[in-house]
Amino acid sequence: MEFFLTHLVAKYNFWLYIILMMIGLYAMIAKNNLIKKLVGMNIFQTAIILFYVSIGSKKGATIPIIEHSGKTVGHALDPAHYVNPLPHVLMLTAIVVSVSTFGVALALAVKIYQRYKTLEEDEILTRIRES
Amino acid sequence: MSENYPALLVIVPLLSAFAIYACSWLHKKSCLPLAITGLSISFLISIGLLIKVLHRGPFSYHLGGWTPPWGIAYELDQINALVLLAVTTVALVNLIATGKEIERLFADRKGAFYALYLLFVVGLLGIVVTGDLFNLYVLLEIASITGYSLIAMGESARAPISSLNYVFMGTIGACFYLLGVGYMYIMTGSLNMADVRGLLPPLYHSSAILAAFIFCLVGVMIKMGFFPLHFWLPNAYTYAPSPAASLIAPLMTKVMAYVMIRLMVSVFSPSFVFSSISASRGIVWLACLAIIIGAVMALSQRDIRRMLTYIIVSEIGYIVGGAWLGNATAMSGAILHILNDALMTLCVFLAVGAVSRKLGRLYIEDLAGLFKKMPFTMAGFVAGGISIIGVPPTCGFFSKWYLILGAIEANNYGFVAALIISSLINVALFFRIIETAFMGNPHTAAIGHEWTSGIQEVSLTTLVPLLVVTTGLVILGIFSGVVVTQVIRPGLTGVF
Amino acid sequence: MASQYSLLPLFAVLTSLCAVPFIIFARSPNTREAVSFLAAGLKFAIVLSMLPAVLEGQKLVFTIVEVIPGAPLQLRVDAFGMLFALVSSSLWILTTAYSIGYMRGLSEHAQTRYFCFFALALSATIGVAFSANLLTLYLFYEMLSLATYPLVTHHQDEDARISGRKYLTYILGTSIGLVLPAMVYVYHLTGNLEFSVFGVLAHKASGPVLAAVLFCFIFGFAKAAIMPFHAWLPAAMVAPTPVSALLHAVAVVKVGVFSIARILLFTFGIRLLESFHLGTLVAYTASFTIIVASLIALSQDELKRRLAFSTISQLSYIVLGVSLLTPKGICGGLIHIAMHAFGKITLFFCAGAIFVATGKKYISEMAGIGRTMPVTMLCFFFGALSVIGLPPCGGFISKWYLALGTLQSQQMVFLIVLLSSSLLNAMYFLPIVYHAFFMGTVSGEASENLIREAPTWCLVPIVATALGSILLFFFPGIFLRLAALALQ
Repeated sequence: MEFFLTHLVAKYNFWLYIILMMIGLYAMIAKNNLIKKLVGMNIFQTAIILFYVSIGSKKGATIPIIEHSGKTVGHALDPAHYVNPLPHVLMLTAIVVSVSTFGVALALAVKIYQRYKTLEEDEILTRIRES
Repeated sequence: MSENYPALLVIVPLLSAFAIYACSWLHKKSCLPLAITGLSISFLISIGLLIKVLHRGPFSYHLGGWTPPWGIAYELDQINALVLLAVTTVALVNLIATGKEIERLFADRKGAFYALYLLFVVGLLGIVVTGDLFNLYVLLEIASITGYSLIAMGESARAPISSLNYVFMGTIGACFYLLGVGYMYIMTGSLNMADVRGLLPPLYHSSAILAAFIFCLVGVMIKMGFFPLHFWLPNAYTYAPSPAASLIAPLMTKVMAYVMIRLMVSVFSPSFVFSSISASRGIVWLACLAIIIGAVMALSQRDIRRMLTYIIVSEIGYIVGGAWLGNATAMSGAILHILNDALMTLCVFLAVGAVSRKLGRLYIEDLAGLFKKMPFTMAGFVAGGISIIGVPPTCGFFSKWYLILGAIEANNYGFVAALIISSLINVALFFRIIETAFMGNPHTAAIGHEWTSGIQEVSLTTLVPLLVVTTGLVILGIFSGVVVTQVIRPGLTGVF
Repeated sequence: MASQYSLLPLFAVLTSLCAVPFIIFARSPNTREAVSFLAAGLKFAIVLSMLPAVLEGQKLVFTIVEVIPGAPLQLRVDAFGMLFALVSSSLWILTTAYSIGYMRGLSEHAQTRYFCFFALALSATIGVAFSANLLTLYLFYEMLSLATYPLVTHHQDEDARISGRKYLTYILGTSIGLVLPAMVYVYHLTGNLEFSVFGVLAHKASGPVLAAVLFCFIFGFAKAAIMPFHAWLPAAMVAPTPVSALLHAVAVVKVGVFSIARILLFTFGIRLLESFHLGTLVAYTASFTIIVASLIALSQDELKRRLAFSTISQLSYIVLGVSLLTPKGICGGLIHIAMHAFGKITLFFCAGAIFVATGKKYISEMAGIGRTMPVTMLCFFFGALSVIGLPPCGGFISKWYLALGTLQSQQMVFLIVLLSSSLLNAMYFLPIVYHAFFMGTVSGEASENLIREAPTWCLVPIVATALGSILLFFFPGIFLRLAALALQ
């Protein structure tokens, strides 16, 4: 029971992202349709993004914005009260990267469709071999 | 102004890329000159940076004035500066050599092509010069995405699908790297390479750090096309348009190899990396396999450009094996080989690109009698081939020397055997082509019409850079002693 | 032994390299050949100019650049290198003349390319002769391999393709596969690749390791055609005869044995070889080649192939002489480089002249040819005498020293090897001469006794080299002095 509690439940975020990654990887490898592969790639990247965001969270902490309401902050801030903002910022960049990659990949899928008139990988391979 | 050179190195091509794209709507003719100007400025800056490093030693540049580890720092040391120079040189020479071809192939899209070209170079330069782990990921993806797009612009129908396969594998690689960086961030709280180096030693026994290293390593290995993760490479480089192929093939995989060495040397120290002898020996064996299988696969190819891509797989095996042998000689050999291979690959790809412009198809038998028609291009190809085989005084011999010497020092005779066998196979590979080009009559089927009489070379804008690169091969070989003792060895002080 | 800095070695190597652009852009065949002659003469003159200094015991050094720490690209003219360089550069002048006659006589194609690569090959040969260390030697050795490929495959037909492949497989395969790792290993053991009279490998490794490295070198320098890596030499006979003559009788193969001699005497050193009995091992390997190649030569009907196998046999004489490790043996081996060069080149020149004049390649067709080509066959006779080792030709001197060397080393086996192979040499050379002079024509054509010699451009060099062989018998002094100085 101890083992179950410490290793599975307490670290549920890690297990979740592993499962998501595996789903994404499975889709990339096993699915035949190019768009499904692309979605799998996106799931893979999203899993990692989720992982990063989750490591920044702290127990009982609030969003990393300092309340001003006009007056300057005179006392030292206790970082334990605020969620770590750095992973969020990094992951904004990573999301942008993921979106650009997805965009390029979709453009490539459009070009492939224009040429081979299908998005199924096995059919594409057959048509390549024929030509 | 001059203190900002490291930033300008990356920013100038970046701004030029956007300027060129804007320019392509207004005045198409000035796209190419703008691109060449941008790259030339970067080239000159990289020379200046190398000289500065050699005089004053390693230094760092803080972007925006923020001190690390809160800000992003660019770290310049000898090895860095050398690879930077290689990247800018290859990019500039390639643009000059293939400029005419780009104008012809992409007449309607050349703004986009030049912009992508420059952005690719920006990505590579950033990867080499940065001292921040996450910044490396961002620039890695810049280089990768522009690379994917450049490859997809090929005229072959198979270009988009080859690029898409590259997208899949490349993204997995980059994500693995990102995962590794994430683990390191969890354990050390920092993203700056030097900072992490200082914070890691007490953590060497944790499995998280081991996992971080393995993830980063596997990610980088996918990106560099290290056997058995190389399956995207042959198709991607064969179906790319030839101006893009001669840019990406020499550079992308070598810069990734540099990243691996940088991780091994500056982030995780060698004492950690080589602490497991069986693991490092295992990777060297894998490198031997890469070398042999790359060479053997190259033998079975009819298409010359495909053959060259398998040779790249083999060459990456040299670099990875040399880095993982675990002594200073082999590591110097690996770093020297990064330089040499960039130049040699540029040489053969330029020659092959020039030939394909005249011939169209590039099967070995199409080159029959080509020495009579294109002697200078073929001379460049022969020079590149001789360098890949490893005949002195070309540069390829000297990096092989250090690799063999390092392997003997490490008592790894399997690696020596792999190096020698691959050299012998390279002899067969290149002399097959040279023999066909030397004997027989010029093939007319490949070009669809009769050759006119006399020499029919490509234009001077391609030939002169090709001959410059060929001379560069010999000069780099002759001065390899200087490079190793004055630049590479000082860069590796305190490492082994 | 004073080492003196001098630019002359560099000039000697560069002369023909610099001639290449002039040859390529020459506007007429006469200009082209004049340039070749000029370069040859200049090279010989430069080499000669260094002779007095070398005879006094000085060594002229020129360092090009330090490419690897401890192994710079360096040229050094010592007595041994001078011996080889004298032979090659003098014979190049004669071969250029012969080439002109041969190529014009047959209206060969691509003569510009031919003369270019010839010049490059000679540059590389002189480079090997004047190499100061193993790395420089390897560089010029490989340059020679690459420069001779277009010469061997000059005819660009199917035969040339097959022979070219064989040539490259044997020569590049062994130099990259055997010499390169051995060379790196020597560097690993000693930190440098110098040639020193005392050898550099003393006390560096155990006997078996040294033996392995030694045999990597012996078989790795396949240009020396030591069996079983000899098959490229008969295959290379598809080349035009001037190529066969200079390169395969004088330059390429001599580069091979020169390199082996350098390794034996200057990398390993006599004392080291003696202490591990490595000299005897090498001598047995060479003896095997000597006897077997002579036996194969007996069975060859094509004249050039018979000469090729004779060369294979004679090259191992040089290796045998050096591996005897006695002063007379080494001296005999070294001067055989010169004696064999003059003798063999005469024989090859004659074979080519016969082909140009009559189109005949096979010995069985050559009965009675002495009557239509008396000068040629007379020179052939003297060349054969030199190779067999009979007076009044120079070959006798070298065989004499070799025999004395075997006596000095007290190994009778090798004396028997020498004598029996001389007998075999006589058995496959003298019948040719006999048939040429004393038998009637085979085809039964009316023997008009018309003297139809080869063109003058061919004939003069043949007579010159034959005279050279005879002169070397009476005046071997220079080469003997150089050989003696080589070991100081």
